[in-house]
Amino acid sequence: MEIWFSQIFNGLSVSSILLLIALGLAITFGLMRVINMAHGEFIMIGAYGAYMTQQIFKSTLPKSLFDAYFPVAILVSFVIAFAIGYLLEVTLIRFLYGRPLDSLLATWGVGLMLQQLARSIFGAPNVAVASPSWLNGGLTVFSGVVLPYKRLFIIALVALCLIGMYLYIYRSNAGRRMRAVMQNREMAACLGISTRRVDSFTFAIGSGIAGIAGCALTLIGPIGPSIGTYYIVDAFMVVVLGGVGKLLGTVAGALGIGVFNTLFEWWSDASLGKVLVFLCIVAFLQWKPMGMFAVRTRSLD
Amino acid sequence: MKKGSGLKGFVLALTASLVLAGCGSNNNEAGSSTSSSAPASSAAASSPAASGGTVKVGILHSLSGTMSISEVTVKNSELMAIKEINAKGGVLGKQIEAVVEDGASDWPTFAEKARKLLSEDKVATVFGGWTSSSRKAMLPVFEELNGLLWYPVQYEGLESSPNIFYTGATTNQQIIPSVDFLLEKGKKKVFLLGSDYVFPRTANKIIKAQLAAKGGETVAEEYTPLGHTDYTTIIAKIKEAKPDVVYNTLNGDSNVAFFKQLKDAGISSADLMTISVSVAEEEVKGIGPEYLTGHLVAWDYYQTTDTPENKVFVENFKKEYGADSVTSDPMEAGYVAVYLWAAAAEKAGSFEVDKVREAAKGIEFNAPEGKVTIDGENQHIYKTVRIGEIKADGQIVELWNSGGPVKPDPYLKTYDWAKGLSDQ
Repeated sequence: MEIWFSQIFNGLSVSSILLLIALGLAITFGLMRVINMAHGEFIMIGAYGAYMTQQIFKSTLPKSLFDAYFPVAILVSFVIAFAIGYLLEVTLIRFLYGRPLDSLLATWGVGLMLQQLARSIFGAPNVAVASPSWLNGGLTVFSGVVLPYKRLFIIALVALCLIGMYLYIYRSNAGRRMRAVMQNREMAACLGISTRRVDSFTFAIGSGIAGIAGCALTLIGPIGPSIGTYYIVDAFMVVVLGGVGKLLGTVAGALGIGVFNTLFEWWSDASLGKVLVFLCIVAFLQWKPMGMFAVRTRSLD
Repeated sequence: MKKGSGLKGFVLALTASLVLAGCGSNNNEAGSSTSSSAPASSAAASSPAASGGTVKVGILHSLSGTMSISEVTVKNSELMAIKEINAKGGVLGKQIEAVVEDGASDWPTFAEKARKLLSEDKVATVFGGWTSSSRKAMLPVFEELNGLLWYPVQYEGLESSPNIFYTGATTNQQIIPSVDFLLEKGKKKVFLLGSDYVFPRTANKIIKAQLAAKGGETVAEEYTPLGHTDYTTIIAKIKEAKPDVVYNTLNGDSNVAFFKQLKDAGISSADLMTISVSVAEEEVKGIGPEYLTGHLVAWDYYQTTDTPENKVFVENFKKEYGADSVTSDPMEAGYVAVYLWAAAAEKAGSFEVDKVREAAKGIEFNAPEGKVTIDGENQHIYKTVRIGEIKADGQIVELWNSGGPVKPDPYLKTYDWAKGLSDQ
């Protein structure tokens, strides 16, 4: 019973992490159709953003304020990843719209460059980020079942990001413009929307959210130049399984992969669990090639 | 129909990108070899490697990619040893010139670069490798071209090539004594956790045989892919199995995720002991000591090891690479390898591989870890085994040592219970 409860929680927690790393990609790949192989590197940038914020807090501010670094770090990570994403779009990606293969190669190269850049700046070894003390420990539900605060925090953060994205995309003017451009570029341009600006901004937001993911992942994972490569495949899996271009699909995809991965890993082992999940995904995509939630618009044909 | 072609395109692009990557590394190589080709061509005619006032040696580690985390520091300590030897007048009157190549965490690249070092640069010897996969990729090249490789990392044993000197620990200098140590402390129920590749699987096979022979019990054996970052399920399994100790052979970044999540699950070293064989000072720094305090590790050297040679080594290293830098077992083994090779070449009076190999037998050196001796039979070295505990400042304090250097036994011939393990 306890084990079931904690495994369900673990499944949810894994899903929330998957969702967090896939949210940014749901925008850059899902909405904008850029096969963004550098997505993992934006996660890495976010993680180093957290590290830098921590170092600055450590060296300039009194110890009592140290715990406040984390909320600041989330903001810093977002801003840095946003800025680099914007720069990348303006200098490179915008020349590659509608050329998926070229953008795949180019972003992959950019990913390698960013990795090497991080290695030159921060060194090849991992760096340590101390988590704020208010996130240490966990909530004891009943004896033997502890829900770590960090995991709860990540779930809350994902929910927040999701709500924010929903409001932005579906309830704001900027979001309306963005959807208009993604659905019918020519028509949107005719109506006076600057599609160029919308493109840059959309790509930057996707990158920025990847930055937030990177910042949150410092709580539970390693921080090094090549961490992006650990998450990129999972991120693509979530978006493809969920149905490209649908926010709700991304949520469902993350939930599905996370829960099944945890269950399979519990019944077999980590390597086999992953293989089983991949098998299920392949089988599912044979049945429903467009993913869980297919978008029915002419713009995607 | 459209979807099919898109998929094909994706595969095509992936292949193309791989080809491009290959081209990229070739270009690199061409670049670095042109920069160093001038002395190489003049040396090619007469005696290999030694030309004019210098002798070339190769250093081949992953300076990029996932393994660079560990290997860059080994490269640094090897370069420091070369610098020190040069300052004292070099080897046989010649200054050592290092040709540094990047294995890029990619095993075929290691083989390719090893071939380049031996046949183009004509190096006298190579110091390099970290993962067993990289060593196994380089081994046929060194045997074919009769080169000499000094491999500085603890590994799973069951190997002894005439063209390789192993300065890291084999299993009877790290894993087997550490299991004995655990059993002595009454930790009989062992949970085996490792990354899914050759070293952890071989190590665990040995540990299981040892536990079975000595009254211990393997409660579970779990492997995770390299780079795995979610350990919640593994931790749930550990809670379920209730072991006395977790024997951890995870490698690389997975250690960070495992220890962070273990602490989050409310398990400290007081609740559950773990012992790791791939976590040294450098890794402790990257994980954050607060997650590791009180956990055990098994190595042959720590930064705190109390020898006069180590004081000098640590001091020089900090002077060279910054006060924040730490020294660890593989770094020390790489450093020792350079000195052992230099001593063997001096004794042989030559840089020729066959003569150096003959001369190396029985060579002794007062290393930072204490006295080491090359075993003439299997080309491993005698090393002192040490179990340490990680402290809150990131340093490792020795709890136990073997009292003196242990004779290397890569095939475990002297252990009755290990019969059958080495046949495979």
